[in-house]
Amino acid sequence: MSTDSTLHCTTTGETVRLAPVGAWTAAHSEALEQRLAAINPQISTARELAIDMAGVRELDTLGAWLLERLARGCIARKIQVQFLQLPERYRGLFDQVGRVNRRTVQRPVSKNKLLLGLERIGQYTITLQVEFVTFLEMLAALSFALVRVLGRPRTFRITSAAYHLYRVGWQAIPIMVLITFLIGCIIAQQGIFHFRKFDADAYVVDMVGILVLRELGVLIVSIMVAGRSGSAYTAELGSMKMREEIDALRMMGFDPVEVLILPRVVALVIALPILAFFGSMAALFGGGLVAWLYGGMSPEIFIARLREAVSVTHFEVGMIKAPFMALVVGLVACSEGLRVKGSAESLGLQTTNSVVKSIFLVIVLDGVFAVFFASIGM
Amino acid sequence: MSGGTPEIVIRISDLVVGFGNQLVLDHLSLEVRRGEILGLVGASGGGKSVLLRTIIGLVPKRQGRIEVMGVDRDTASPEQERAMERRWGVLFQQGALFSSLTILENIQFPMRESLHLPKTLLDELANAKLEMVGLSPEDGLKFPAELSGGMTKRAALARAIALDPEILFLDEPTSGLDPISAGEFDALIKTLQQTLNFTVFMVTHDLYSMQVQCDRIAALANGKVVALGPIAEVIESDHPWVKSYFQGKRARVITRATH
Repeated sequence: MSTDSTLHCTTTGETVRLAPVGAWTAAHSEALEQRLAAINPQISTARELAIDMAGVRELDTLGAWLLERLARGCIARKIQVQFLQLPERYRGLFDQVGRVNRRTVQRPVSKNKLLLGLERIGQYTITLQVEFVTFLEMLAALSFALVRVLGRPRTFRITSAAYHLYRVGWQAIPIMVLITFLIGCIIAQQGIFHFRKFDADAYVVDMVGILVLRELGVLIVSIMVAGRSGSAYTAELGSMKMREEIDALRMMGFDPVEVLILPRVVALVIALPILAFFGSMAALFGGGLVAWLYGGMSPEIFIARLREAVSVTHFEVGMIKAPFMALVVGLVACSEGLRVKGSAESLGLQTTNSVVKSIFLVIVLDGVFAVFFASIGM
Repeated sequence: MSGGTPEIVIRISDLVVGFGNQLVLDHLSLEVRRGEILGLVGASGGGKSVLLRTIIGLVPKRQGRIEVMGVDRDTASPEQERAMERRWGVLFQQGALFSSLTILENIQFPMRESLHLPKTLLDELANAKLEMVGLSPEDGLKFPAELSGGMTKRAALARAIALDPEILFLDEPTSGLDPISAGEFDALIKTLQQTLNFTVFMVTHDLYSMQVQCDRIAALANGKVVALGPIAEVIESDHPWVKSYFQGKRARVITRATH
């Protein structure tokens, strides 16, 4: 690379003669810009400017633009500009550069921060409303599909439902059992550790039993299902939407809700109680194991105390919640999936949304159930 | 292009590329001359894009030599490699614009990396590229998702020529465009090639764009270059694949029209 890229400047009377030499390329931009700034005073007094291009060895868009910008500045100040000895090979480039940057765009003015904040709150509120309506719409569409299918049971997609049951139920068992087992262990360990101070280790069994059967078993499993299966539903339906598969279905006269969503939600509604049951059992097992190994309570005593501490009601409370959790997760996952637009980004966004929303709704629903069961004395 | 022996900017010799048991490029040799537009044709899945990606270093080769502008990647230092990569531009099939940046920022991205320019000059230069490819300054403020297919290709081309490359690699530049946009895009590439004096290595299926703008055509079949030369010569080739490609029903409509 040469360092001889520069600009010679000679003044004769009112004519300034500029002779750019060497490589006028982006690699020398700093030197070129400095040089151009340096000759600016000389030009400002001139009436005519001649730019002799004979010495230019290399020229790229940047070089051409620098000269063009100089020429435009001069023309604006009523100085005549002439390009001399412009080599043929650069003519096209100069023509192109002569056409660009003729007008500047108005960048959108940023608004008042406070107003922007208020606007955002308003938009969120509307979005929230829209989302709630979408959820209800999906619930309604699913109910209609269910009624239709109940009327003609043969139209139910049993194969699809079985396949999804296998995926969200059977294949999920190991991870669900492992997680709930660990949760059971942790609760029992913490309980023993803290209850020991009051000489109340025996009540750990009550705590583990009630907590797991009423709340944690189903809640942990629901959250796991939302993350594992809900996101998968959203991604599947979303990619189908992206590839126009759903439009194709509709065009052939099928109802996508009946064909795609009903089997998925049904599979989830069947799978989640089963998973919650296995999860609760694993958590109790974990609790018992820790009580035995860490708390020194023999399994026989643990089981005997458990029998006293918990009743079928606790178990029922947990299990009743499970299908509703499944319904919420399934509905959110499917409606988010159908809201995917053409791009891959929107698929990712809706999948994230689906998981966040279904976990949030699962916890809210759990709270609602807690109030409900308390008021009916269960 | 001057007379005498043309300068070779890409020299590929004995190139072998494969995935698993499948050999995609089988001892392929090809030379690209400075200042020409070379069109690469071949069956779908026949290794055209693989060849392009191997030259620019995205696909590893098993054997052979690739020399781009006199630099062999195998023996080049990382600095040399980086310098070499700065001297070429690539237009990917789907544009490959960065979705989180505006069009103007996309064009400025390679400039920011390798040139140290003040903000105003950077804006002006990026805008110049934008207008050179036929987009309006307003389009520069948009995000890639807001552009139509043809505009995306143009914006991607603007990014590819951001650094005034010496070689431009185009992967199916006109695929997915309607004939009018495709024709305009062809003309644009030709104009830019003449103003910025770069060499074009183009993978294409578009018989018409081959006809109007390629100086030479390389036909790829069974992992080798089976025909090479101006389109009139390639059409006359005896190779069965080349024959069926250029003498097929779709091709005849165009080749007949221009003969």
